[in-house]
Amino acid sequence: MTFGEFARKRLQILALVAAALTFFAAPAGVLAQDAAAPPLPAPVATAPAAATDASSAVTAPVDATAAPAFEHYGPDMIKGQPVDGAYGFQPQYSAIGEEGLRMHDALLMPIITVITLFVLALLLWVVVRFNKRANPVPSKNSHNTLIEVLWTVIPVLILLVIAVPSIRLLAAQYEAPPENAITIKATGYQWYWGYTYVDNGGFEVISNMMSEADAAAGGFPHQLEADNRLVVPVGVPLRMQVIGADVIHAFGIPSLWFKIDAVPGRINERMLTITEPGIYYGQCMELCGARHGFMPIAIEARPLDEYNAWVLSKGGSIAGAEEAAAPAPAASASAAPAATSSAAPAPAASASAAPAA
Amino acid sequence: MATTAEGFDIHHDDHAHHDADHKPAFFARWFMSTNHKDIGTLYLIFAIIAGIVGGGLSGGMRLELAEPGLQWLGTFVTIMGGDGTSFDQQGHMWNVMITAHGLIMVFFMVMPAMIGGFGNWFVPLMIGAPDMAFPRMNNISFWLTVAGFCSLLFSMFVPGGTGNGAGVGWTVYAPLSTSGSVGPAVDFAIFSLHLAGAGSILGATNFITTIFNMRAPGMTLHKMPLFVWSVLVTAFLLLLALPVLAAAITMLITDRNFGTTFFDPAGGGDPVLYQHLFWFFGHPEVYIMILPGFGMISQIISTFSKKPVFGYLGMAYAMVAIGVVGFIVWAHHMYTTGLDVNTKMYFTAATMVIAVPTGIKIFSWIATMWGGSLEFKSPLVWAMGFIFLFTVGGVTGVVLANGGIDDNMHDTYYVVAHFHYVLSLGAVTSIFAGFYYWFPKMSGRMHSEFLAHVHFWIFFVGVNVIFFPMHFLGLQGMARRYPDYTPAFEYWNYVASWGYVIMGVSMIVFFVNILYAFTFGKKAAGNYWGEGATTLEWTLSSPPPFHQFETLPVIDDAKGHH
Repeated sequence: MTFGEFARKRLQILALVAAALTFFAAPAGVLAQDAAAPPLPAPVATAPAAATDASSAVTAPVDATAAPAFEHYGPDMIKGQPVDGAYGFQPQYSAIGEEGLRMHDALLMPIITVITLFVLALLLWVVVRFNKRANPVPSKNSHNTLIEVLWTVIPVLILLVIAVPSIRLLAAQYEAPPENAITIKATGYQWYWGYTYVDNGGFEVISNMMSEADAAAGGFPHQLEADNRLVVPVGVPLRMQVIGADVIHAFGIPSLWFKIDAVPGRINERMLTITEPGIYYGQCMELCGARHGFMPIAIEARPLDEYNAWVLSKGGSIAGAEEAAAPAPAASASAAPAATSSAAPAPAASASAAPAA
Repeated sequence: MATTAEGFDIHHDDHAHHDADHKPAFFARWFMSTNHKDIGTLYLIFAIIAGIVGGGLSGGMRLELAEPGLQWLGTFVTIMGGDGTSFDQQGHMWNVMITAHGLIMVFFMVMPAMIGGFGNWFVPLMIGAPDMAFPRMNNISFWLTVAGFCSLLFSMFVPGGTGNGAGVGWTVYAPLSTSGSVGPAVDFAIFSLHLAGAGSILGATNFITTIFNMRAPGMTLHKMPLFVWSVLVTAFLLLLALPVLAAAITMLITDRNFGTTFFDPAGGGDPVLYQHLFWFFGHPEVYIMILPGFGMISQIISTFSKKPVFGYLGMAYAMVAIGVVGFIVWAHHMYTTGLDVNTKMYFTAATMVIAVPTGIKIFSWIATMWGGSLEFKSPLVWAMGFIFLFTVGGVTGVVLANGGIDDNMHDTYYVVAHFHYVLSLGAVTSIFAGFYYWFPKMSGRMHSEFLAHVHFWIFFVGVNVIFFPMHFLGLQGMARRYPDYTPAFEYWNYVASWGYVIMGVSMIVFFVNILYAFTFGKKAAGNYWGEGATTLEWTLSSPPPFHQFETLPVIDDAKGHH
């Protein structure tokens, strides 16, 4: 182990401990009614350096007291969304997705189509050849060992052909994330998502469905767009941890071939690596109550430097950097539940977890 | 097929005429019945009524899903006495509808029709028995099912959390069904399952005892008609699976009301444990719903091909194999719950194995027709429709069996399309095939073959228009159990809703046909299907005497089926 690796590991452990402390401190903060405590502007001081060489997305001037404004992707960057009248899977933007799509389109679909057409052809042939007029005297044949062996063995062979890539795909899905993977914890609530940036200071972003009016105004698909997206770095392995806060939800994004249940009392972890910058939509995929259909997932994948700029705009810290930013997220995370405890069905009210600038 | 009735003396009815056809008065006959045929009739009437309710619910669902936005749920909430303007009550109403639709179709339509209806009617007739082994237990099996149905309907009118009724899905997953649903609705829904389950367990013991002990002299297990085999396997599945469901939902009850934490992580429990228990029941349950259909299709194909079933033993043991393997594949319903990779690989492999015995059955049916002299009466047309539709549902099942592929399909409309192809289009098609096959035998009146064919073709087009586009919706990522969707899902949803209308028209034809049979229908002869119909029920009059086989038929070994 080189010194660099050692140092990084130490820092990650410290960051995790800080995040855990943050996580436990947050509810206490709510109870103590001190959610109004202003967040420390400490991390912001490091923001300009990261922002200056970023793309034009980060253009807002930064001063020492305010978080930099961050420009989110517009509708032109939407990549993972359904298309009306389409027949197949959405285009895939992860390596697993490409493998799964290939297996389905190139292997499974041809096999099941051929089998179905084969059965249909046999049925039609039987209708034509063995109807009462064409074949008035039925045979009494009810055994043929060879054909019975054949229609047992051939399906077994077909299944073996399917099983090999299937098991390989499964193994790939369970690959452990590398050590430098960025950990993001998605929590399913009734009925919204919370995204905790464990490696970035542990702040939590609360994500509600965007109202129909706002979605229409912005040109986003209604019922898929969220008021606060799950912003993630592109090309970087993500250690997605998914948990349910109240009942079981499921975190599913069709264009990333990613779906895992959010079960209370159990953290489900999978690696996710998104290959292209863009917006990818998903939805809750496990029945969770009255507004099950209204808690979408909107992922915004940005290049790493833009992601870091966004993290800083939220008062977080760069993964692997010093863990001094820990106190700030404590306050911001505690603000989140307060903002979303309202029972209003339209999540128009800003529920951002960002510290008030 | 297998069993022939050459040894049976058709004149025995005359000897015992005065008490063979002595029927009790109306109330005693229909409300205190111990006669397997009357109980079978009651089950069928009950299944038709439940089917109308469950099918009506799906009509409401297709209406709401015809276009994006919430158009109808508010009206439904208002009709049910709630606040139609409340967004949460509308969403809850949707969940109540999907829950009721699923539970009614599974427990109160398909199962009562196949096992209670056709099983009660024809298992004793086919094995040459005078009645079921436990006639009075048979009676309580039926009335427990009715009580369960009432409990489920009642649950829709009491509070269940965000609105009236149990909005937890037919799977009743914890913790949505425990801490997530306050109010008595879920308790009533669970109690409904307890009652229906108890009725089914009693029915299963009755069938097993009857089939093992009351076969006519000479009818060995390997000479039983395949329909009887299918009911025997089904009864064992019921007997082994339902107690597990009963245990799981009893734990739900105690979690809900008595402070236990079987499924609550805060007390050391695990929500996923419930899913394991539920699907240990739930997967055999899907075979419970289709196996009697397999049996009926075998009888029908053999009858109208005028040939014995091809590979009789293979057919019987394929059903046994499906039953056994059906118990060790349950976690393929849980691929996204966070199973470890080895578990997922095992369940992927085990699930695909089921395709082998199922394939044997499909090919054996075709081989039965091969070389036959097919007469395209309505039951055969329905049976051939079944073979095709079940094949489509089966191959999508092979796709879903792959844990890695299922990650993107789980809980999408692809799954909805798959299980409706095997159940709504498979099981229900086989029920209609059996219905047209045996209706004149049960009622003594011939239905209209023309209307039965019309019914088939409209139904066939309708259900395909409903469910085939759902594959596309699922692949595009549309999630199940959503009352509303993003506009990009509109096209195929709109198509599917029109498919429901087509299917609904076919059901009108069905009811007109029943009405026709009872008003203008010709009297049915004892064996109205002719030379191909060789099982024992065809040796009796249509309808059979109130008590049949008071002198047991003897199966002539010399005319064995092989």
